[in-house]
Amino acid sequence: MAERATAVSRLAAITPALAALVAAASLLLHGCGDGSDGDNAQRDDPQSPAASAAGADPAPAYGDAIVFGTIGDGSTLIPMLASDSSSHEYASHLFDGLLEYDKTLSHLEPRLARSWEVSPDGLQITFHLRRDVHWTDGVAFTARDVQFAFDTIRDPKTMTAYAEDYKQVQRFELLGDYDFRVTYEKPFAPALASWNSMMVLPRHLLEGKDINETDFSQHPVGLGSHVFESWERNTRFTLRANPEYYRGRPHIEQVVYRVIPDESTQFLELKSGGLDMMGLTPLQFRRQTSSQTFDRGFRKYRYVSNSYTYMGYNLDNPLFQDVRVRRAFTHAINKQEIVDVVLFGLGRAAEGPYRPGTTWLNKNLRPYGFDPAKAKALLAEAGWRDSDGDGILDKDGQPFSFKILTNQGNDQRLKTATVIQKRLRDIGVDVAVRVVEWSAFINDFIDKRRFDVIVLGWSLSLDPDQYDIWHSSKTGYKQFNFVGFKNAEVDELLEKGRRTFDEDERRRIYDRVQEILVEQQPYTFLYVPDSLPIVASRFHGIEEAPAGISWNFPQWYVPTALQKYTIAP
Amino acid sequence: MLSYLAKRLAGFVPLLLGISFVSFLVMAMAPGTPVDLMTDLNPKASPEARERLEKFYGLDQPLYVQYGLWLGRIVQGDLGTSFSRDRRPVLDKIAEALPITLFLNVLDLALILGLAIPIGIYSAARQYSLVDRATTVFVFIGFAMPSFWVALLAMMLFGEQLGWLPISGLRSLDYDSMSALGQIGDRVRHLILPVGIAALTGLAGLSRYMRSSMLEVLRQDYIQTARAKGLSETVVVYRHALRNALLPVVTILGLSIPGLIGGSVIAETIFAIPGMGRLFYTSVLMRDYPVVMGITLIGAVLTLLGNLLADLMYVAVDPRLRKR
Repeated sequence: MAERATAVSRLAAITPALAALVAAASLLLHGCGDGSDGDNAQRDDPQSPAASAAGADPAPAYGDAIVFGTIGDGSTLIPMLASDSSSHEYASHLFDGLLEYDKTLSHLEPRLARSWEVSPDGLQITFHLRRDVHWTDGVAFTARDVQFAFDTIRDPKTMTAYAEDYKQVQRFELLGDYDFRVTYEKPFAPALASWNSMMVLPRHLLEGKDINETDFSQHPVGLGSHVFESWERNTRFTLRANPEYYRGRPHIEQVVYRVIPDESTQFLELKSGGLDMMGLTPLQFRRQTSSQTFDRGFRKYRYVSNSYTYMGYNLDNPLFQDVRVRRAFTHAINKQEIVDVVLFGLGRAAEGPYRPGTTWLNKNLRPYGFDPAKAKALLAEAGWRDSDGDGILDKDGQPFSFKILTNQGNDQRLKTATVIQKRLRDIGVDVAVRVVEWSAFINDFIDKRRFDVIVLGWSLSLDPDQYDIWHSSKTGYKQFNFVGFKNAEVDELLEKGRRTFDEDERRRIYDRVQEILVEQQPYTFLYVPDSLPIVASRFHGIEEAPAGISWNFPQWYVPTALQKYTIAP
Repeated sequence: MLSYLAKRLAGFVPLLLGISFVSFLVMAMAPGTPVDLMTDLNPKASPEARERLEKFYGLDQPLYVQYGLWLGRIVQGDLGTSFSRDRRPVLDKIAEALPITLFLNVLDLALILGLAIPIGIYSAARQYSLVDRATTVFVFIGFAMPSFWVALLAMMLFGEQLGWLPISGLRSLDYDSMSALGQIGDRVRHLILPVGIAALTGLAGLSRYMRSSMLEVLRQDYIQTARAKGLSETVVVYRHALRNALLPVVTILGLSIPGLIGGSVIAETIFAIPGMGRLFYTSVLMRDYPVVMGITLIGAVLTLLGNLLADLMYVAVDPRLRKR
């Protein structure tokens, strides 16, 4: 719920069930957007019981519970060990980072650290921690806890997938109980955001224990907005408000996650009051939640999500090495049509790999536009003509024919591929769509580069660094530039971007990266879907921002008159 | 009898070895390892991190070594630790899910038996009557409808529209604050839909089986004799025919015993019940080898025992077999 972000590009995984399993990376961000798109956020709806019962702006009150639905249960509550999204979400209530992105997702702001300084050469970061934070067992939180977490994540015995950012640190110096300094080998701008909630562990409870096997992971002591209460496997995970939370006691007393693997069941539970909040599918948002009952009982929100879907070309394949072919395809595809058909209009066409509404998106990117005639002309220029009159373009006697590959279990991607198939057929390109089970898709096709074209998605990162996806050194086995994009200028810019801390300068660097990507079209960027959460209307204090609605979760409240659950103290 | 039992049990050992080895092999051949699922497409996971994880899980060893190690633990009664990040013993995970599934399935089976046997008897005794035709249509409708669809419709009607029954889960949120009686009531209310729907969709097989078996018996000469003696139809049907007609049903029952521990993934997913079906399914998806092997092994043992039990039950109800 409460969102914690790290600079991680992550695959927007397939089925929701698999999402929990595959969502390897880091603390997920649930929704992000530009905030201006809240046409469905029915705040201050005069019909809502909240407004009539307690006036337009009822006083914040403590108490009540909120029930979330989750498709899969978590597995561990130690953030650095977790590899599924539910675990990260559970743990996000229990631990805070030293600093975190603000609600506009543009700047880092203090949390456990009250301030920090970056040395002029960018090699050293000095953190000054708050002195008023305690673990929920009463022990003070100090720089030693950060040092302990830092040592633990770098310990080769620790089974973590996130050690990479911290291996860049040359030296960790304690400067006192509440101050420390880290020195990097070379300037590394994404470093700042890496001092997140993974870097906080209670040393007094874990020192000398095997982090991989400790039962701390099942009932931890944290310092975040909530305290662990109970965990019934595959059924229910329960948290209580932390009365001593250093940023103020959360208003809602109890937080319950119910594990309900089926989306339809979740929706029925929501309608009958068994859930207070869930993410809607586009179909549910458009067609099933517009009745008066829904208007009275719930509020729907809509904002840009943190992932995009793209069509990636295997650039080792001669078919796609001519940039005119890739540009032709982008012209041939009607992105808005895909958004309308696949997402019921609940999303937007993507032009580049940055989240719309954040400071990193280059606003001057020129969209290609849907233009089949131009597409045909570009292909003709590249030598593709229908010389035998069978309706399929050919060159040197070879028809233009290939396969689009996508993973099983993601209906939106399959539909997207089908729409593309039709549009490419219109310009004389013969396309087959093939769907492959996730593991086979990754191991046999992506890792071995055995694909022509793929339809896949990435989660958008908060830090603009996309070195892993676009740098030419990242085209190896199991690396993420699997389309094989190689561009000397992009390489140089990506390296520079990592070394640069100044925001304006970084923006100029990544603006240029985006220009080149748009020009070169290693991907046809397709669309960014909207996040579509729905929340029971008794919850007040929800504020939509680019970060979504959950960023101020501790400030949500239920006016006394509307409280539904009585929580025993 | 005892030597027969001993022989059968001794035969289990090579069978189980074979089953476990084949399962292990098939699982290892499936694309993707647990490490892949933790690190695939995660840019923060370096090759060293992958190697470390592989070593930690013992996946860097040759397959026969992995199997040997697994077998060594099994012989000592240790099913191992889950590959999932919770690092919990496989036995604990199974011990959580098994009672739930077992309980639900026993209830299902009892309900199906309680309905199917009377339906079968009645349909046979009044063959082609209105009731026979009506129940035939009814059980076939139940059989033909996809259970997940019926489940969703029932959830919409009883859970959402009428609000009589809870939609999913096994207990309410405020279960702990209820009285003892309230707690029992709460559990029963949660069981009605999943058990009822499983029974509805599973009724057809057994009731048709009962009907045809009964019809066959009713055609026998000794039934004619009984009728000729002037016995009432009730006595003919229930005392003379029923027992013999039950024989094949008992066989089916025995064969369904191993099925009792296998939960339905679909039903458990829709009703959000943390049973064996979901445990197995998610373990396979996550390539959680120890849990998959643990469940397979327990399943294999129970299947073999179930078959044995069916044979023994058959002997018990059929005096002709006892002499052998």
